[in-house]
Amino acid sequence: MSTATTTHDAHHEEQRSGLMRWVFTTNHKDIGTLYLLFSLLMFMVGGAMAMIIRAELFEPGLQFVQPQFFNSMTTMHALIMIFGAVMPGFVGLANWLVPMMIGAPDMALPRMNNWSFWILPFAFAMLLSTLFMEGGAPAGGWTMYPPLVLQTGNAFPFLIFAVHLMGISSIMGAINIVVTIVNMRAPGMTLMKMPLFVWTWLITAYLLIAVMPVLAGAVTMLLTDRFFDTSFFNAAGGGDPVMFQHIFWFFGHPEVYIMILPAFGIVSQIIPTFARKPLFGYSSMVYATASIAFLSFIVWAHHMFTVGMPLTGELFFMYATMLIAVPTGVKVFNWVSTMWKGSMTFETPMLFAIGFVVLFTIGGFSGLMLAITPVDFQYHDTYFVVAHFHYVLVTGAVFSIMAAAYYWMPKWTGNMYDERLGKWHFWMSTVFVNVLFFPQHFLGLAGMPRRIPDYSTQFTEFNQISSIGGFAFGLTQLLFVYIVYKTIRGGVKATDRVWEGAEGLEWTLSSPPPYHSFTTAPEVR
Amino acid sequence: MWLTIVRRALTAISGGVAVLYGAAVSAEYGLNLPRGVTPISQDAYDLHMLVLWVCVAIAVVVFGAMFISIIYHRKSRGAKPAQFHESTLVEIVWTIVPFLILAGMAIPATKALVAMEDTTNSDLSIKVTGYQWKWGYDYIDDGVSFISSLSTPQDQIYNRQSKGDNYLLEVDNPLVVPVNKKVRLLITANDVIHAWWVPELGMKKDAIPGYINEMWINVQEEGVYRGQCAELCGKDHGFMPIVVVAKNEADFDAWMQAQKSAAGADALAADREWAQDELMARGENVYNTACAACHQVSGAGVPGAFPGLVGSPIATGPIEAHLDIVMNGKPGTAMAAFAGQLNDIDIAAVVTYERNAWGNDTGDLVQPSDVEAAR
Amino acid sequence: MSEAHGGYYVPHGTTWPIVGSIGLTTLLVGFANYLNGHGIGSIMMAIGLGITLLMMFGWFGVVIKESESGLYNEQVDKSFRWGMSWFIFSEVMFFAAFFGALYYARVLSVPWLGGIDVSTNEVLWNGWTAAWPTNGPGEIGGEFETVGAWGIPAINTLLLLSSGVTVTLAHWALKAGQRVSLVLWLLATVALGFTFLGLQMYEYSHAYHELNLTLGSGIYGSTFFMLTGFHGMHVTIGAIMLTIIMLRCIKGHFTADRHFAFEAVAWYWHFVDVVWLGLFIFVYIL
Ligand code: HEA
Ligand code: HEA
Ligand code: CUA
Ligand SMILES: [Cu+2]
Repeated sequence: MSTATTTHDAHHEEQRSGLMRWVFTTNHKDIGTLYLLFSLLMFMVGGAMAMIIRAELFEPGLQFVQPQFFNSMTTMHALIMIFGAVMPGFVGLANWLVPMMIGAPDMALPRMNNWSFWILPFAFAMLLSTLFMEGGAPAGGWTMYPPLVLQTGNAFPFLIFAVHLMGISSIMGAINIVVTIVNMRAPGMTLMKMPLFVWTWLITAYLLIAVMPVLAGAVTMLLTDRFFDTSFFNAAGGGDPVMFQHIFWFFGHPEVYIMILPAFGIVSQIIPTFARKPLFGYSSMVYATASIAFLSFIVWAHHMFTVGMPLTGELFFMYATMLIAVPTGVKVFNWVSTMWKGSMTFETPMLFAIGFVVLFTIGGFSGLMLAITPVDFQYHDTYFVVAHFHYVLVTGAVFSIMAAAYYWMPKWTGNMYDERLGKWHFWMSTVFVNVLFFPQHFLGLAGMPRRIPDYSTQFTEFNQISSIGGFAFGLTQLLFVYIVYKTIRGGVKATDRVWEGAEGLEWTLSSPPPYHSFTTAPEVR
Repeated sequence: MWLTIVRRALTAISGGVAVLYGAAVSAEYGLNLPRGVTPISQDAYDLHMLVLWVCVAIAVVVFGAMFISIIYHRKSRGAKPAQFHESTLVEIVWTIVPFLILAGMAIPATKALVAMEDTTNSDLSIKVTGYQWKWGYDYIDDGVSFISSLSTPQDQIYNRQSKGDNYLLEVDNPLVVPVNKKVRLLITANDVIHAWWVPELGMKKDAIPGYINEMWINVQEEGVYRGQCAELCGKDHGFMPIVVVAKNEADFDAWMQAQKSAAGADALAADREWAQDELMARGENVYNTACAACHQVSGAGVPGAFPGLVGSPIATGPIEAHLDIVMNGKPGTAMAAFAGQLNDIDIAAVVTYERNAWGNDTGDLVQPSDVEAAR
Repeated sequence: MSEAHGGYYVPHGTTWPIVGSIGLTTLLVGFANYLNGHGIGSIMMAIGLGITLLMMFGWFGVVIKESESGLYNEQVDKSFRWGMSWFIFSEVMFFAAFFGALYYARVLSVPWLGGIDVSTNEVLWNGWTAAWPTNGPGEIGGEFETVGAWGIPAINTLLLLSSGVTVTLAHWALKAGQRVSLVLWLLATVALGFTFLGLQMYEYSHAYHELNLTLGSGIYGSTFFMLTGFHGMHVTIGAIMLTIIMLRCIKGHFTADRHFAFEAVAWYWHFVDVVWLGLFIFVYIL
């Protein structure tokens, strides 16, 4: 990090107007906004698909859709939520916040930043276009296991290439974030003074760069197996369908931590603010994050306990997976200790952060249960798994993004959001999300497999409860869209500091902040 | 053992919850894992309850502390923020304590796992093959084999008829096993990955094309146990159930004898000439269980996904090409190779049926001997 | 578009990324159509490739111009260095996936099929024994022979290793301000690179036509051609980049202490070199 962090500036703020401003922008805030709006849009699209799933599952029998289309919905729902909603949501937050938090003028590589975003709409247009193709959209699950996925119709190469594009976008985005963090910090902003959001993103970006190329390799092998006669996943040629699963989950498990580490960062910013007390155990938080990231590389086969691995493999992956509970526990305990003897208030961001801590932990507990190999033989591929990952993804990742949106929206827009509506949004979301996903634990334990459009009659009641919760949760999110819209349009003007207990460089800027965040580098004590 | 003590203590702590929950877990509601009828399923159940209660206990402590803080340490109550923000000692404590708890769970888990994976010394071996979308069972030592597919009528699925008791969990030919015998299952698949799972037997294993996975069951109670395919395998993944009937030794032997003589009868029948209406009647049956899921009962197919057979070039063209696609499948599509699933009579019958039903009046007759020649 | 006043240069707006997105998407949609057997596929691919190349020329052109006019301070230079290093790391992970597949096949799946996993072998592939190289128990693609390590591959190893040396010599020359030897050493590097590619192409043709070793030769053919093929693709890209750097050197770009682009390409070249060593050991020798 050098001392000359001062930026140049054009004498005239050279801002295009209209659509072209957004297409050509190199500004971290503009790009952050694009990412966040794209993420919201994809959340709606992926959520709409989830509503189709829940509608079909409301009753046994086939009512609305055919099984093949149902499977397409499951597959597309997951791909869109993961690659379109959660990941871009976090990248958008990083874009907005990282430069402001470390005292930089902008991201380190602004042009590449633009490209990282502008690949995404094309990638998702490609993916969504498969809905209209001969043979239907991909229906092999988001995990794309061969040989099934090789039976996809014309959509197949489009699926592969869409995944390639998403990968390119993520890798470029991640490189940009790493470079910004290592190279653009203001003087005095040492690593161990960085806000935790920055820390968690640094580690996340490293995970992304390490695993997205592996996913690209895996889907490339699918492509060549289908079109160029290779035998990677074909036993007759000496390959193995399970090999794909190993490569996929070598990507896939770190991927799920990619979707939770930034959430940990967000919550670690919000709780101290509203407890009016410094974060407890800052350095142990950093080490815990790094440990989780490290462990995430050696647990992948816990998704594959039933594929018939050798016993030693099963034992190794069980132990390694269980270990992740330790650093994650450290985080949870630190959050609770931060609240302990604080002076708490409960504005919407804090409510979402508390909701996150409780509900993510429940998801973590079910994760730990899944890690116990001999019992995972029962849990695997049932709704118990579906319940687990929606707790960590919806009430984990998505809740944290909502918390972040409420927390920083006044800074971004200069307007306070409507606190009353925000609280409504929180309480309705929290109640309904539990109605939606808690019964799925029971369904799974009672024996309902996942990825089925129809089920035997003993599962009816819990599915109905879950579907009702789902519709209600979905409608509640429309309220969120309205709140965001209203805040962008106007409202009570926010102060620079916004929250009484807020600490950090971003709160020293005006609300909304100037176009170039720190034109002269701030001095960090 | 201290584990038991911990378990008792935990149960005591959460006594209130336990009563509520205990009422809820009763089997009728289907809220919890079944205890099952094999040693494996019972091990799994016990471990499941242990880990569940450990988690509940930790949750009580952690959330308890948090809610106390939320209630008492709030600004509206005039709480002044303390400024402590570090303690190496507590960090170490809450690293080590969870680690020990985890080790406590890992020990019984390891024991259970080792027992589950031990498929040696079995009394009986059955090869289980997953097909899109049915199961094939093959009693290797007895030379008996058959296909087991969903027997729920389409009318129930499409809500034109009220649903039966075992809706989607019923098959034409269940797997039959003897009780109190260690039965080894050799699981594989023919097309895509499936997974064989009956909750009350306690384990699931993936069926992987080109590889054999082993698992064992030892059913301790006579009865009928139902499960489902547990790995996404395409459109009818939700419609390939598994039914296992556990019989006592005498009944099992009698059943086996009956199977063998039926197979013998079929083998004899394969040598004779079959008449058109015989072939058509049998063919319709075979068609409806093996083919109709894709090509539809009406033979119309599903446009864009599954070709129709009415007037199609295959069903009305040369017999050899028709036999070839039925027996060898069409690679890269859902069209399976039926040579390994159906016997000569069934293939002859279904091909004859397809060539003469729905107005495909080719008048062609395909005999079992033709099929044998094509093998 | 805007000038720097000695600080970190932040461009105001850029048109090239969106062009790149359009180009890449056209290329990939074209390729997908081509694979699905639709005629317009190849035309779209050509157009998409054209647009993508245009984008690269345009984008790099702007960056080169800005760099030559001194807009980039040391911190910008550092950003580029970090960026390039992490990019190369991501490439390493891409190759890791394919090396992983090779490892898996040789150490796990082939031995399982061949008898280590007793029931798999007895029930499904009775009589087949594991060996390497192999096209699997189904003998996919028919009998084939492999390319020996000590013929062309060994020569290619020497070529690439020497090219690693020549590019370093070019770097030293650049740092010493000896422009003529800089260009000559670069020329040698490029020549070595293209010779490597020529030999590789010859070897492929030999494998396809005389050894019956193809992409379709079971798991051996798959791993062999995918690993060497992606490597060859990277050598091609590297050699083209080196050529461009050479042309820039001829034009008088770079100074003894500021030549990030040169170093980036040199790093890339070394990366390609190291991957080849891995290939030579794990694909050809072992
Ligand atoms: C954000 C995403 C996210 C996160 C954070 C996690 C976190 C964890 N997950 Fe999850 N998981 C998914 C997303 C995620 N998972 C998804 C998407 C799938 C399904 C993929 C698919 O098949 O489609 C999946 C599936 C999955 C499986 C495979 C199940 C199967 O298919 O059979 C397993 C098995 O081990 C597992 C385990 C875990 C564990 C142990 C954690 C741990 O990290 C949790 C750790 C946290 C805690 C334990 C709580 C807090 C800790 C304390 C309070 C300390 C004290 C606690 C103890 C000592 C117990 N997960
Ligand atoms: C971050 C990831 C993420 C998120 C946010 C969600 C959110 C939701 N998910 Fe999803 N889900 C996955 C990741 C995610 N999921 C994954 C990885 C799988 C596995 C896929 C596989 O098996 O391959 C899966 C699978 C999955 C299944 C199992 C399907 C199956 O096995 O066949 C179900 C079933 O209930 C489900 C439901 C939901 C619901 C109801 C929501 C809700 O939270 C969504 C709420 C949002 C909205 C509803 C949108 C906003 C509102 C509107 C657009 C207005 C219209 C609303 C109404 C008319 C009510 N999901
Ligand atoms: Cu067979 Cu799912
Ligand atoms: Cu995982």
